[in-house]
Amino acid sequence: MLEKTYDAVVIGGGAAGMAAALAVREGGHSVAIVDREAYFGGILMQCIHNGFGIHEFGEDLTGPEFAERFISRVLGAGIDIYLDTTVMDITGDEASHVVTACGKDYGVLRLECRAVVLAMGCRERNRGNVAIAGTRPAGVFTAGLAQRLMNLEGYLPGRRVVVIGSGDIGLIMARRLTLVGAQVLAVVEILPYPSGLARNISQCLKDFSIPLYLSHVVSKITGKDRVDGVEVTPLVEGNPDYTKSFRLSCDTVLLSVGLIPENELSRKAGVPLNDDTGGPRIDANLMSASPGIFACGNVLHVHDLVDYAAEEARRCGEAVGRFLSGVSAKQFPLTAGANVRSVVPNFYAPDRENVLYIRSFIVKNDAILSLQIGGSEIKKRKLAHIQPSEMIRLRLQPADFPALRDGRDNLMEVAIR
Amino acid sequence: MTEFVCIACPIGCMLTVELKGEGEVSVTGNRCPKGAVYGRDEMISPTRVVTAVVRTDSQAFPYIPVRTDKPLPRALITDLIGDLTRLLVRLPAKRGSVLIEDYRGSGVNVMLTRTLPPEGVSRE
Repeated sequence: MLEKTYDAVVIGGGAAGMAAALAVREGGHSVAIVDREAYFGGILMQCIHNGFGIHEFGEDLTGPEFAERFISRVLGAGIDIYLDTTVMDITGDEASHVVTACGKDYGVLRLECRAVVLAMGCRERNRGNVAIAGTRPAGVFTAGLAQRLMNLEGYLPGRRVVVIGSGDIGLIMARRLTLVGAQVLAVVEILPYPSGLARNISQCLKDFSIPLYLSHVVSKITGKDRVDGVEVTPLVEGNPDYTKSFRLSCDTVLLSVGLIPENELSRKAGVPLNDDTGGPRIDANLMSASPGIFACGNVLHVHDLVDYAAEEARRCGEAVGRFLSGVSAKQFPLTAGANVRSVVPNFYAPDRENVLYIRSFIVKNDAILSLQIGGSEIKKRKLAHIQPSEMIRLRLQPADFPALRDGRDNLMEVAIR
Repeated sequence: MTEFVCIACPIGCMLTVELKGEGEVSVTGNRCPKGAVYGRDEMISPTRVVTAVVRTDSQAFPYIPVRTDKPLPRALITDLIGDLTRLLVRLPAKRGSVLIEDYRGSGVNVMLTRTLPPEGVSRE
């Protein structure tokens, strides 16, 4: 067994983990990254399409290009790296955490540290999460698994494909499959509007004349050993109208029906989670309610842009540095109000810069985002267009806050009208 | 007259684009100047950045991702995808290396987007 001691240990070597570790290291603290894959980059390495890095680097990059910019910095930063290594457990108390991991190169590892950064990313919702009736044949994949098969391992998942859900990965895969000669028969979306970016609807579906069925569901998957078709049913006022169902013959079904933060380890370590996001509840320093355990990136809440995940992770790494140096600031609670599905973080620090990531419940043009403390509005912002699939990012400076008195709860509510 | 959903930003304006002979194009329905540029380009010379994977000679990393360094005219996309299936990249290979120079006279290069084997990994 290998035993080591660090100021901080980062779990996950994707965009968030790398950005957080770099920020911790730049603050002068010792840090290690543990990742279960044989290389850094996480899910970015299978995202071979472009559209990454526009905010972070001012360039339009592919996933691997975005990741490699961080990888070369990580390799030159004096960060200890443990690849091909799976974390089993986070134990200990607030004075000292122990990350127990297991890997090919060292066997069992015991990493003692004062701070842990959770950066494990997220998982895809699967067939069990969306409950589709029918048989259980081969040929039903999540879109991200199909992406891994095609882009890293070189397998074609099928030749006649129906995509369930209009999330971005499903749209990107519809294009990818079409370009290599498979036929994508339809993208079926339960909501009356697409959940992916407009750019992807246009360049992945319209370019190839792939039909998008809005307000429709796949009501049944058929086939004995392999998928042989699906039944598609329109929704009328929110209810399936089976008299209008139709069948599509296909050999493959891809699911692009959302992502869930991957918090198995966090849960096991007793880190309290937030029901709105599926990630840990965090304060203004991105620290969970378990002192010394921080979270950033998709394990905290699902981002639509890796640029923002990396930005959040950098802020997290800086906050870890302040925690390790014993610097603190007063903070007050923050909550989601009308028409807001979630807001991260769950506290704000009026003496510092805060970045809020907000998800709307509604689709609206010319909306107003409003921040209130104790019933009075401290800031509002006009938004030309909002929808649940586009995260709203709001930066707040100390000057945005009125004088707040200690002893009061000073609860801030984020609402949309 | 053709209609496009503008993709310059998430609002998604419905653009109506009309060719008025001699390269003159009118764009309506856009809320901002970016929409006019997008509508014009999409009408006259639609282009796309193309990404794909190409086979390698390695068992550990059997495919390497590639991209066009600039947007490619849409008419050439299917040909390029076909041509890429006939290539083999020998590892080690470096991100940014040019795989195809000036594809069919388009002025567009195809380059590798990943370094394989990955840096920082000792074994294949």
